Amino acid sequence: MHLDHSDPHSHSHDGPAAVSADAVRPDGRRRALRIGLGGPVGSGKTATVAALCRALRDELSLAVVTNDIYTREDAAFLLREAVLPPERITAVETGACPHTAIRDDISANLEAVEDLEDEVGPLDLVLVESGGDNLTATFSRGLVDAQLFVIDVAGGDDIPRKGGPGVTTADLLVVNKTDLAPYVGSDLQRMARDAKEQRAELPVVFQSLRSEEGVSEVAAWVRQRLADWTAA
Amino acid sequence: MSRATLLVLADGRFPAGGHAHSGGAEAAVAAGRIKDAADLAEFCRGRLHTSGLVAAALAAAAALGVDPLLLDEAADARTPSAALRTAARKLGRQMMRAARATWPSAELDALAAVRPKGAHQPVVLGLAARSAGLGPEDAAYVAAYEAVSGPASAVVRLLSLDPFDATGVLARLAPELDRVAADAGAAARRVPDEGVDALPASSAPLLDIGAEAHAAWAVRLFAS
Repeated sequence: MHLDHSDPHSHSHDGPAAVSADAVRPDGRRRALRIGLGGPVGSGKTATVAALCRALRDELSLAVVTNDIYTREDAAFLLREAVLPPERITAVETGACPHTAIRDDISANLEAVEDLEDEVGPLDLVLVESGGDNLTATFSRGLVDAQLFVIDVAGGDDIPRKGGPGVTTADLLVVNKTDLAPYVGSDLQRMARDAKEQRAELPVVFQSLRSEEGVSEVAAWVRQRLADWTAA
Repeated sequence: MSRATLLVLADGRFPAGGHAHSGGAEAAVAAGRIKDAADLAEFCRGRLHTSGLVAAALAAAAALGVDPLLLDEAADARTPSAALRTAARKLGRQMMRAARATWPSAELDALAAVRPKGAHQPVVLGLAARSAGLGPEDAAYVAAYEAVSGPASAVVRLLSLDPFDATGVLARLAPELDRVAADAGAAARRVPDEGVDALPASSAPLLDIGAEAHAAWAVRLFAS
Protein backbone atom coordinates (compact mmCIF):
# COMPACT_ATOMS: atom_id res chain seq x y z
CA MET A 1 0.00 0.00 0.00
CA HIS A 2 0.97 3.60 -0.38
CA LEU A 3 1.14 4.94 3.16
CA ASP A 4 4.90 5.31 2.83
CA HIS A 5 5.33 8.44 0.78
CA SER A 6 8.93 7.78 -0.19
CA ASP A 7 7.70 6.08 -3.34
CA PRO A 8 10.58 5.11 -5.62
CA HIS A 9 8.69 6.26 -8.72
CA SER A 10 9.23 9.95 -9.22
CA HIS A 11 6.29 12.16 -10.09
CA SER A 12 6.41 12.68 -13.81
CA HIS A 13 4.09 15.17 -15.44
CA ASP A 14 5.53 15.01 -18.93
CA GLY A 15 2.74 13.02 -20.52
CA PRO A 16 -0.72 14.42 -21.08
CA ALA A 17 -3.40 13.41 -18.61
CA ALA A 18 -5.28 10.18 -19.13
CA VAL A 19 -8.32 10.42 -21.34
CA SER A 20 -10.79 8.11 -19.66
CA ALA A 21 -10.93 5.49 -16.95
CA ASP A 22 -7.52 4.04 -17.86
CA ALA A 23 -6.21 1.86 -15.05
CA VAL A 24 -2.70 3.18 -15.56
CA ARG A 25 -1.69 6.79 -15.00
CA PRO A 26 0.48 8.72 -17.50
CA ASP A 27 3.49 8.15 -15.23
CA GLY A 28 3.03 4.39 -15.54
CA ARG A 29 1.69 3.76 -12.03
CA ARG A 30 -1.61 1.99 -11.53
CA ARG A 31 -4.17 4.54 -10.37
CA ALA A 32 -6.14 4.39 -7.14
CA LEU A 33 -9.34 2.38 -6.83
CA ARG A 34 -12.34 4.72 -7.09
CA ILE A 35 -15.51 3.96 -5.14
CA GLY A 36 -18.66 6.06 -5.54
CA LEU A 37 -21.23 6.68 -2.81
CA GLY A 38 -24.68 7.74 -3.97
CA GLY A 39 -28.12 7.98 -2.42
CA PRO A 40 -30.90 10.36 -1.44
CA VAL A 41 -30.39 13.53 0.59
CA GLY A 42 -29.90 12.89 4.29
CA SER A 43 -29.42 9.12 4.07
CA GLY A 44 -25.96 9.31 5.63
CA LYS A 45 -23.54 9.38 2.70
CA THR A 46 -21.23 11.95 4.27
CA ALA A 47 -21.40 10.24 7.68
CA THR A 48 -20.49 6.94 6.00
CA VAL A 49 -17.59 8.60 4.15
CA ALA A 50 -16.35 10.08 7.44
CA ALA A 51 -16.62 6.72 9.20
CA LEU A 52 -14.83 4.94 6.33
CA CYS A 53 -12.01 7.50 6.48
CA ARG A 54 -11.59 6.91 10.19
CA ALA A 55 -11.65 3.13 9.72
CA LEU A 56 -9.23 3.00 6.78
CA ARG A 57 -6.88 5.98 7.03
CA ASP A 58 -4.29 4.17 9.13
CA GLU A 59 -3.96 1.30 6.67
CA LEU A 60 -4.52 3.05 3.31
CA SER A 61 -3.56 6.24 1.51
CA LEU A 62 -6.96 7.73 0.70
CA ALA A 63 -8.70 10.89 -0.51
CA VAL A 64 -12.28 12.10 -0.93
CA VAL A 65 -14.11 14.01 -3.68
CA THR A 66 -17.48 15.53 -2.70
CA ASN A 67 -20.18 16.73 -5.11
CA ASP A 68 -22.32 19.24 -3.27
CA ILE A 69 -25.46 20.53 -4.91
CA TYR A 70 -25.00 24.21 -4.17
CA THR A 71 -22.55 24.58 -1.29
CA ARG A 72 -19.35 23.13 0.08
CA GLU A 73 -21.25 21.73 3.10
CA ASP A 74 -20.17 18.11 2.70
CA ALA A 75 -16.52 18.98 2.17
CA ALA A 76 -16.76 21.44 5.07
CA PHE A 77 -18.25 18.72 7.32
CA LEU A 78 -15.41 16.33 6.51
CA LEU A 79 -12.85 19.08 7.13
CA ARG A 80 -14.48 20.04 10.43
CA GLU A 81 -14.52 16.42 11.55
CA ALA A 82 -10.85 16.26 10.51
CA VAL A 83 -11.27 12.76 9.09
CA LEU A 84 -8.45 13.48 6.63
CA PRO A 85 -5.94 16.29 6.13
CA PRO A 86 -7.58 19.12 4.11
CA GLU A 87 -5.40 18.58 1.04
CA ARG A 88 -6.99 15.12 0.68
CA ILE A 89 -10.55 16.46 0.32
CA THR A 90 -11.78 18.19 -2.86
CA ALA A 91 -15.24 19.59 -3.67
CA VAL A 92 -16.66 19.54 -7.22
CA GLU A 93 -19.35 22.05 -8.20
CA THR A 94 -22.24 20.49 -10.09
CA GLY A 95 -24.40 23.33 -11.50
CA ALA A 96 -27.63 22.17 -9.82
CA CYS A 97 -27.38 18.73 -11.47
CA PRO A 98 -25.46 16.36 -9.18
CA HIS A 99 -26.39 13.30 -11.22
CA THR A 100 -24.96 14.90 -14.38
CA ALA A 101 -21.55 15.33 -12.75
CA ILE A 102 -21.30 11.66 -11.77
CA ARG A 103 -22.97 10.05 -14.78
CA ASP A 104 -23.41 12.08 -17.98
CA ASP A 105 -20.50 14.52 -17.84
CA ILE A 106 -17.85 13.17 -15.50
CA SER A 107 -14.90 15.32 -16.53
CA ALA A 108 -14.85 17.61 -13.47
CA ASN A 109 -14.85 14.60 -11.16
CA LEU A 110 -12.14 12.82 -13.16
CA GLU A 111 -9.99 15.93 -12.93
CA ALA A 112 -10.54 16.21 -9.18
CA VAL A 113 -9.46 12.57 -8.75
CA GLU A 114 -6.41 13.01 -10.97
CA ASP A 115 -5.36 16.22 -9.22
CA LEU A 116 -5.56 14.45 -5.85
CA GLU A 117 -3.37 11.65 -7.19
CA ASP A 118 -0.89 14.21 -8.54
CA GLU A 119 -0.81 16.35 -5.42
CA VAL A 120 -1.12 13.96 -2.47
CA GLY A 121 -0.57 10.59 -4.15
CA PRO A 122 0.23 7.85 -4.52
CA LEU A 123 -3.24 6.90 -3.36
CA ASP A 124 -4.80 3.49 -2.79
CA LEU A 125 -8.41 4.62 -2.67
CA VAL A 126 -10.50 7.64 -3.69
CA LEU A 127 -14.05 7.89 -2.34
CA VAL A 128 -16.34 9.94 -4.64
CA GLU A 129 -19.47 11.11 -2.82
CA SER A 130 -22.38 12.23 -4.99
CA GLY A 131 -24.60 15.16 -4.12
CA GLY A 132 -27.83 14.03 -2.48
CA ASP A 133 -30.09 13.11 -5.35
CA ASN A 134 -32.96 10.82 -6.21
CA LEU A 135 -33.27 7.07 -6.58
CA THR A 136 -32.18 7.10 -10.23
CA ALA A 137 -28.69 8.53 -9.74
CA THR A 138 -25.84 6.15 -10.50
CA PHE A 139 -22.15 6.66 -11.20
CA SER A 140 -20.64 6.22 -14.64
CA ARG A 141 -18.26 3.25 -15.01
CA GLY A 142 -15.90 5.80 -16.53
CA LEU A 143 -15.64 7.51 -13.15
CA VAL A 144 -15.77 4.78 -10.49
CA ASP A 145 -14.81 1.12 -10.31
CA ALA A 146 -17.53 0.22 -7.81
CA GLN A 147 -20.42 2.06 -6.23
CA LEU A 148 -22.47 1.81 -3.11
CA PHE A 149 -25.92 3.26 -2.68
CA VAL A 150 -26.92 4.55 0.75
CA ILE A 151 -30.56 4.70 1.83
CA ASP A 152 -31.90 4.95 5.37
CA VAL A 153 -34.76 3.35 7.25
CA ALA A 154 -36.36 6.73 8.02
CA GLY A 155 -36.77 7.49 4.31
CA GLY A 156 -39.47 4.83 4.17
CA ASP A 157 -39.19 1.05 4.32
CA ASP A 158 -40.74 0.76 0.84
CA ILE A 159 -37.66 2.18 -0.94
CA PRO A 160 -36.09 -1.26 -1.61
CA ARG A 161 -39.42 -2.43 -3.04
CA LYS A 162 -39.64 0.63 -5.32
CA GLY A 163 -36.23 -0.18 -6.73
CA GLY A 164 -34.67 2.14 -9.31
CA PRO A 165 -31.15 1.98 -10.74
CA GLY A 166 -29.41 2.91 -7.47
CA VAL A 167 -31.15 0.31 -5.32
CA THR A 168 -31.15 -2.35 -8.02
CA THR A 169 -27.70 -2.11 -9.59
CA ALA A 170 -25.29 -0.66 -6.99
CA ASP A 171 -22.46 -3.02 -6.12
CA LEU A 172 -23.41 -2.62 -2.45
CA LEU A 173 -26.69 -1.38 -0.99
CA VAL A 174 -26.33 0.18 2.45
CA VAL A 175 -29.45 0.55 4.59
CA ASN A 176 -28.41 3.14 7.14
CA LYS A 177 -29.73 4.31 10.54
CA THR A 178 -31.14 0.93 11.57
CA ASP A 179 -31.22 2.25 15.15
CA LEU A 180 -34.13 4.51 14.08
CA ALA A 181 -36.30 1.66 12.75
CA PRO A 182 -38.45 1.23 15.90
CA TYR A 183 -39.14 4.99 16.07
CA VAL A 184 -40.24 5.42 12.45
CA GLY A 185 -42.10 2.12 12.12
CA SER A 186 -39.76 0.66 9.49
CA ASP A 187 -39.77 -3.10 9.06
CA LEU A 188 -36.14 -4.15 8.55
CA GLN A 189 -37.06 -7.71 7.62
CA ARG A 190 -39.35 -6.46 4.92
CA MET A 191 -36.61 -4.14 3.63
CA ALA A 192 -34.18 -7.06 3.51
CA ARG A 193 -36.71 -9.26 1.69
CA ASP A 194 -37.51 -6.55 -0.88
CA ALA A 195 -33.83 -5.74 -1.41
CA LYS A 196 -33.06 -9.42 -2.01
CA GLU A 197 -35.87 -9.54 -4.58
CA GLN A 198 -34.57 -6.46 -6.42
CA ARG A 199 -30.88 -7.31 -6.25
CA ALA A 200 -30.66 -11.10 -6.38
CA GLU A 201 -27.07 -11.95 -5.37
CA LEU A 202 -25.81 -8.36 -4.96
CA PRO A 203 -24.94 -7.67 -1.30
CA VAL A 204 -26.87 -5.52 1.20
CA VAL A 205 -25.54 -4.17 4.49
CA PHE A 206 -27.74 -2.90 7.31
CA GLN A 207 -25.78 -0.47 9.48
CA SER A 208 -26.11 1.97 12.31
CA LEU A 209 -23.12 4.27 12.62
CA ARG A 210 -24.11 4.72 16.28
CA SER A 211 -23.69 1.03 17.05
CA GLU A 212 -20.45 -0.59 18.09
CA GLU A 213 -20.01 -2.27 14.70
CA GLY A 214 -20.49 1.10 12.99
CA VAL A 215 -19.11 1.11 9.46
CA SER A 216 -17.08 -2.09 9.85
CA GLU A 217 -19.07 -4.24 7.44
CA VAL A 218 -18.88 -1.61 4.69
CA ALA A 219 -15.17 -1.10 5.42
CA ALA A 220 -14.63 -4.84 5.00
CA TRP A 221 -16.43 -4.70 1.63
CA VAL A 222 -14.17 -1.80 0.56
CA ARG A 223 -11.07 -3.75 1.60
CA GLN A 224 -12.22 -6.68 -0.52
CA ARG A 225 -12.78 -4.40 -3.56
CA LEU A 226 -9.29 -3.02 -3.07
CA ALA A 227 -7.80 -6.50 -2.82
CA ASP A 228 -9.54 -7.44 -6.09
CA TRP A 229 -8.35 -4.21 -7.75
CA THR A 230 -4.77 -4.72 -6.64
CA ALA A 231 -4.79 -8.33 -7.82
CA ALA A 232 -6.36 -7.50 -11.21
CA MET B 1 -16.65 18.65 -43.55
CA SER B 2 -19.38 16.58 -42.02
CA ARG B 3 -22.43 18.53 -40.93
CA ALA B 4 -23.33 15.78 -38.47
CA THR B 5 -19.92 16.13 -36.78
CA LEU B 6 -20.77 19.75 -36.10
CA LEU B 7 -23.95 18.63 -34.36
CA VAL B 8 -22.00 16.25 -32.13
CA LEU B 9 -19.60 19.02 -31.04
CA ALA B 10 -22.34 21.62 -30.60
CA ASP B 11 -24.68 19.33 -28.66
CA GLY B 12 -25.35 20.69 -25.18
CA ARG B 13 -24.88 17.14 -23.91
CA PHE B 14 -21.33 16.92 -25.25
CA PRO B 15 -19.60 15.94 -21.97
CA ALA B 16 -17.22 18.85 -21.56
CA GLY B 17 -18.35 20.33 -18.26
CA GLY B 18 -20.54 23.17 -19.50
CA HIS B 19 -23.56 22.11 -17.43
CA ALA B 20 -21.96 23.38 -14.21
CA HIS B 21 -21.46 26.93 -15.53
CA SER B 22 -24.04 29.68 -16.02
CA GLY B 23 -22.00 32.04 -18.20
CA GLY B 24 -22.52 34.86 -15.72
CA ALA B 25 -26.28 34.34 -15.52
CA GLU B 26 -26.31 33.34 -11.84
CA ALA B 27 -24.60 36.59 -10.86
CA ALA B 28 -26.93 38.59 -13.12
CA VAL B 29 -30.01 36.91 -11.65
CA ALA B 30 -28.83 37.65 -8.10
CA ALA B 31 -28.16 41.29 -9.04
CA GLY B 32 -31.72 41.57 -10.39
CA ARG B 33 -30.59 42.08 -13.99
CA ILE B 34 -32.35 38.93 -15.24
CA LYS B 35 -35.93 38.49 -14.05
CA ASP B 36 -37.72 37.14 -17.12
CA ALA B 37 -37.31 35.95 -20.70
CA ALA B 38 -36.96 39.52 -22.05
CA ASP B 39 -34.07 40.19 -19.67
CA LEU B 40 -32.52 36.87 -20.66
CA ALA B 41 -32.66 37.90 -24.32
CA GLU B 42 -30.85 41.17 -23.58
CA PHE B 43 -28.27 39.41 -21.41
CA CYS B 44 -27.58 36.85 -24.12
CA ARG B 45 -27.37 39.50 -26.82
CA GLY B 46 -24.81 41.43 -24.78
CA ARG B 47 -22.77 38.34 -24.05
CA LEU B 48 -22.89 37.19 -27.67
CA HIS B 49 -21.48 40.45 -29.06
CA THR B 50 -18.74 40.78 -26.42
CA SER B 51 -17.19 37.69 -24.85
CA GLY B 52 -19.09 35.50 -27.31
CA LEU B 53 -17.48 37.20 -30.31
CA VAL B 54 -14.04 36.98 -28.71
CA ALA B 55 -14.50 33.27 -27.95
CA ALA B 56 -15.80 32.59 -31.44
CA ALA B 57 -12.80 34.30 -33.05
CA LEU B 58 -10.32 32.45 -30.82
CA ALA B 59 -12.01 29.15 -31.65
CA ALA B 60 -12.01 29.95 -35.37
CA ALA B 61 -8.31 30.83 -35.30
CA ALA B 62 -7.47 27.59 -33.48
CA ALA B 63 -9.49 25.63 -36.01
CA LEU B 64 -7.57 27.39 -38.79
CA GLY B 65 -4.30 26.09 -37.36
CA VAL B 66 -2.94 29.19 -35.59
CA ASP B 67 -0.50 28.26 -32.77
CA PRO B 68 -2.76 27.44 -29.80
CA LEU B 69 -0.24 28.78 -27.28
CA LEU B 70 -0.28 32.20 -28.97
CA LEU B 71 -4.08 32.07 -28.89
CA ASP B 72 -4.02 31.02 -25.24
CA GLU B 73 -2.01 34.15 -24.42
CA ALA B 74 -4.38 36.22 -26.53
CA ALA B 75 -7.28 34.78 -24.57
CA ASP B 76 -5.60 35.67 -21.27
CA ALA B 77 -5.10 39.23 -22.48
CA ARG B 78 -8.78 39.46 -23.42
CA THR B 79 -10.05 38.10 -20.09
CA PRO B 80 -9.48 40.72 -17.37
CA SER B 81 -11.32 38.77 -14.65
CA ALA B 82 -9.10 36.24 -12.88
CA ALA B 83 -12.19 34.20 -11.97
CA LEU B 84 -13.14 33.95 -15.64
CA ARG B 85 -9.60 33.00 -16.65
CA THR B 86 -9.74 30.19 -14.09
CA ALA B 87 -13.17 29.07 -15.30
CA ALA B 88 -12.04 29.17 -18.95
CA ARG B 89 -9.00 26.99 -18.22
CA LYS B 90 -11.07 24.55 -16.18
CA LEU B 91 -13.55 24.21 -19.01
CA GLY B 92 -10.69 24.00 -21.51
CA ARG B 93 -9.25 21.05 -19.60
CA GLN B 94 -12.62 19.31 -19.61
CA MET B 95 -13.11 20.03 -23.32
CA MET B 96 -9.62 18.63 -23.95
CA ARG B 97 -10.49 15.35 -22.25
CA ALA B 98 -13.72 14.98 -24.21
CA ALA B 99 -12.07 15.98 -27.49
CA ARG B 100 -9.10 13.61 -27.11
CA ALA B 101 -11.48 10.76 -26.39
CA THR B 102 -13.77 11.69 -29.28
CA TRP B 103 -11.46 12.96 -32.05
CA PRO B 104 -7.90 11.98 -31.04
CA SER B 105 -5.11 13.96 -32.71
CA ALA B 106 -1.43 14.74 -32.24
CA GLU B 107 -2.25 18.46 -32.03
CA LEU B 108 -4.63 17.89 -29.11
CA ASP B 109 -2.06 15.67 -27.37
CA ALA B 110 0.62 18.33 -27.84
CA LEU B 111 -1.51 21.10 -26.32
CA ALA B 112 -2.59 18.81 -23.44
CA ALA B 113 1.06 18.09 -22.70
CA VAL B 114 2.06 21.74 -22.38
CA ARG B 115 -1.17 22.89 -20.69
CA PRO B 116 -2.02 19.92 -18.41
CA LYS B 117 -4.28 22.09 -16.24
CA GLY B 118 -6.09 23.46 -19.25
CA ALA B 119 -5.82 26.07 -22.00
CA HIS B 120 -8.64 28.58 -22.53
CA GLN B 121 -11.81 26.73 -23.53
CA PRO B 122 -12.40 28.48 -26.90
CA VAL B 123 -8.85 27.60 -28.01
CA VAL B 124 -9.33 23.94 -27.10
CA LEU B 125 -12.77 23.99 -28.70
CA GLY B 126 -11.26 25.31 -31.94
CA LEU B 127 -8.55 22.67 -31.91
CA ALA B 128 -11.19 20.01 -31.20
CA ALA B 129 -13.14 21.22 -34.22
CA ARG B 130 -9.97 21.03 -36.31
CA SER B 131 -9.30 17.47 -35.09
CA ALA B 132 -12.87 16.58 -35.99
CA GLY B 133 -12.34 17.83 -39.54
CA LEU B 134 -14.43 20.98 -39.06
CA GLY B 135 -13.56 24.44 -40.31
CA PRO B 136 -13.02 27.82 -38.61
CA GLU B 137 -16.59 29.03 -39.19
CA ASP B 138 -17.91 25.80 -37.64
CA ALA B 139 -15.81 26.38 -34.54
CA ALA B 140 -16.98 29.99 -34.40
CA TYR B 141 -20.60 28.86 -34.54
CA VAL B 142 -20.15 26.43 -31.67
CA ALA B 143 -18.41 29.01 -29.48
CA ALA B 144 -20.96 31.72 -30.27
CA TYR B 145 -23.87 29.39 -29.61
CA GLU B 146 -22.36 28.22 -26.30
CA ALA B 147 -22.08 31.86 -25.27
CA VAL B 148 -25.87 32.11 -25.23
CA SER B 149 -27.11 28.54 -24.71
CA GLY B 150 -25.25 28.20 -21.41
CA PRO B 151 -26.94 31.19 -19.75
CA ALA B 152 -30.32 30.23 -21.23
CA SER B 153 -30.33 26.74 -19.72
CA ALA B 154 -28.93 28.07 -16.44
CA VAL B 155 -31.73 30.63 -16.15
CA VAL B 156 -34.32 27.88 -16.64
CA ARG B 157 -32.90 26.29 -13.49
CA LEU B 158 -32.32 29.52 -11.57
CA LEU B 159 -35.65 31.27 -12.20
CA SER B 160 -37.81 28.26 -13.09
CA LEU B 161 -38.27 30.13 -16.35
CA ASP B 162 -40.55 28.44 -18.88
CA PRO B 163 -38.13 26.34 -20.98
CA PHE B 164 -40.08 27.14 -24.16
CA ASP B 165 -39.51 30.85 -23.55
CA ALA B 166 -35.79 30.28 -23.03
CA THR B 167 -35.51 28.28 -26.25
CA GLY B 168 -37.47 30.99 -28.06
CA VAL B 169 -34.86 33.50 -26.94
CA LEU B 170 -32.14 31.39 -28.54
CA ALA B 171 -34.13 30.93 -31.74
CA ARG B 172 -34.64 34.68 -32.15
CA LEU B 173 -30.90 35.27 -31.70
CA ALA B 174 -30.10 33.03 -34.69
CA PRO B 175 -29.55 35.83 -37.24
CA GLU B 176 -27.16 37.55 -34.83
CA LEU B 177 -25.36 34.26 -34.21
CA ASP B 178 -24.84 33.98 -37.97
CA ARG B 179 -23.33 37.46 -38.07
CA VAL B 180 -21.05 36.93 -35.06
CA ALA B 181 -19.81 33.60 -36.43
CA ALA B 182 -19.07 35.22 -39.82
CA ASP B 183 -17.26 38.18 -38.22
CA ALA B 184 -15.27 35.82 -36.00
CA GLY B 185 -14.29 33.65 -38.95
CA ALA B 186 -13.20 36.71 -40.96
CA ALA B 187 -11.10 38.02 -38.07
CA ALA B 188 -9.45 34.61 -37.62
CA ARG B 189 -8.51 34.52 -41.30
CA ARG B 190 -6.57 37.76 -40.85
CA VAL B 191 -4.40 36.30 -38.05
CA PRO B 192 -1.84 34.50 -40.30
CA ASP B 193 -0.93 37.88 -41.85
CA GLU B 194 -1.61 40.34 -39.06
CA GLY B 195 -1.06 38.29 -35.90
CA VAL B 196 -3.42 37.76 -32.97
CA ASP B 197 -4.06 41.51 -32.66
CA ALA B 198 -6.47 41.03 -35.56
CA LEU B 199 -8.76 39.15 -33.18
CA PRO B 200 -11.59 41.13 -31.53
CA ALA B 201 -11.12 42.24 -27.92
CA SER B 202 -14.59 43.41 -27.01
CA SER B 203 -15.49 43.07 -23.35
CA ALA B 204 -18.46 43.32 -21.01
CA PRO B 205 -17.39 44.92 -17.71
CA LEU B 206 -20.53 43.77 -15.87
CA LEU B 207 -19.75 40.15 -16.77
CA ASP B 208 -16.22 40.58 -15.41
CA ILE B 209 -17.38 42.30 -12.21
CA GLY B 210 -20.20 39.82 -11.72
CA ALA B 211 -17.82 36.89 -12.17
CA GLU B 212 -15.43 38.25 -9.55
CA ALA B 213 -18.27 38.71 -7.04
CA HIS B 214 -19.78 35.32 -7.86
CA ALA B 215 -16.48 33.51 -7.30
CA ALA B 216 -16.50 34.74 -3.69
CA TRP B 217 -20.01 33.52 -2.85
CA ALA B 218 -20.16 30.75 -0.24
CA VAL B 219 -23.39 29.29 -1.63
CA ARG B 220 -24.03 29.04 -5.36
CA LEU B 221 -25.54 26.64 -7.85
CA PHE B 222 -23.05 27.17 -10.67
CA ALA B 223 -19.26 27.19 -10.79
CA SER B 224 -19.24 30.45 -12.79
